[in-house]
Amino acid sequence: MKKDLLGIADLTADDIHLVLDTAEAMREVGQRPIKKVPTLRGKTVVNLFYEPSTRTRTSFEIAEKRLSADTLNIAVAASSVLKGETLADTAMNIEAMAPDMIVMRHASSGAPYLLARICKSRIINAGDGMHEHPTQALLDAFTIRERKGRIEGLKVAIVGDLLHSRVLRSNVLLLTKLGADVWASGPQTLVPPFLDALAVHVTTDADEAVRDADVVMLLRIQHERMTGAFVPSLREYFNTFGMTSARVANAKPDVIIMHPGPMNRGVEIASDVADGPFSVILEQVANGVAVRMAVLYLLAGGTEGD
Amino acid sequence: MDADRMGRSLARIAHEIVERNAAALNELALVGIRTRGVPIARRLAHTIRDVSRHDIPTGALDITLYRDDLMRHAVGPQPVIKKTEIPFSIDDKRILLVDDVLYTGRTIRAALDALIDFGRPRAIQLIVLVDRGHRELPIKADYVGKNLPTSLSQSVQVHLLEIDGRDEVEVHDASA
Repeated sequence: MKKDLLGIADLTADDIHLVLDTAEAMREVGQRPIKKVPTLRGKTVVNLFYEPSTRTRTSFEIAEKRLSADTLNIAVAASSVLKGETLADTAMNIEAMAPDMIVMRHASSGAPYLLARICKSRIINAGDGMHEHPTQALLDAFTIRERKGRIEGLKVAIVGDLLHSRVLRSNVLLLTKLGADVWASGPQTLVPPFLDALAVHVTTDADEAVRDADVVMLLRIQHERMTGAFVPSLREYFNTFGMTSARVANAKPDVIIMHPGPMNRGVEIASDVADGPFSVILEQVANGVAVRMAVLYLLAGGTEGD
Repeated sequence: MDADRMGRSLARIAHEIVERNAAALNELALVGIRTRGVPIARRLAHTIRDVSRHDIPTGALDITLYRDDLMRHAVGPQPVIKKTEIPFSIDDKRILLVDDVLYTGRTIRAALDALIDFGRPRAIQLIVLVDRGHRELPIKADYVGKNLPTSLSQSVQVHLLEIDGRDEVEVHDASA
């Protein structure tokens, strides 16, 4: 593993398996009466969040505390950025306090790369703009591997807002590295050009993507990132791409339904599917803690390059 | 130490365990330290069952997350963590902690800390196949397969059938 976890693009298939295997052991720690091990005692982890986040920030914080790290949450509201401090200045100020790791979420793609160049601290990308969200893809892979026993050869359909989704990019990179058959489906207006360069089947026909799928992964329609008119109406989107029981019936009988959250019920997913027997959405959340513990542990040591 | 001697040492330890805990066999539980303490613990459980008709619950402990040297080396990737599997409550049990080689005692210190996070055992006893000396902490084994005086420059390798395909204990000189 490298010094930082900035994106799945930097990881080899072996790195990915190491994270998933380590997460297996970490999950057991969460099942003990005392859910804490002394591994990162004396290490300081700063959670630097420039975008609102409940799930990811909480998940990282629980992971850090279970490893006995000292944690500090900095939620940077848009207003304090408007005071005029640049990201580089913020980074140098935090670096001056010498934390061991920084977990960062930022609305701009590539922001964690800037931080990684400036800081000696290990940087973990917790989502940067429309670029990557590596720990989400790792916890998704962990969930799939646990349910299906493997990732290689599975048909994975990813349906939703492909254009604005960092979860999509990280998942496509990871799943193709591990040999899955990845299908992506969404309205033509929401298909990003970078998909052409990857080994992904792209279709605007959600039913074609879902047919005989082992895994169906839904992506949120991101109102907050949409500045143009990408879909005529949410109602029409639901009719064409929304995951209903009728659509799920075309997938494999043991399909699993995934969603990185937060869900828009009645937009990308029907309520009865979200709460139904195929849904592993809450397992994803539970697995997130173990996967993030694994990442924190693996990055805390030395690196091959040191 | 060859396969024959190893077998006899483990059989003797199993008998000693039964003798010393005769009044409380149902309170015993074996916990092997990964990697090679685990198959040794299973073999002991097997022999104890043959001798006493008692099934001793057996678990596996990975102490990596409790190591005291974990974050001290700036070089090299982190050690691989394996799963800890203790499928029973250790509260009020007499825990027989099992490892292959007793050396500095630091692994045992980590194992004691890890175990106590799982509950409050009535007692913990230590079983090792080989005691090679050079303790750095005040730790002593209750059952020893063989005392093997070594120099600091030597290394002791335990090979087990389940992992390495043969039963043997080897001492290597650093120069070799």
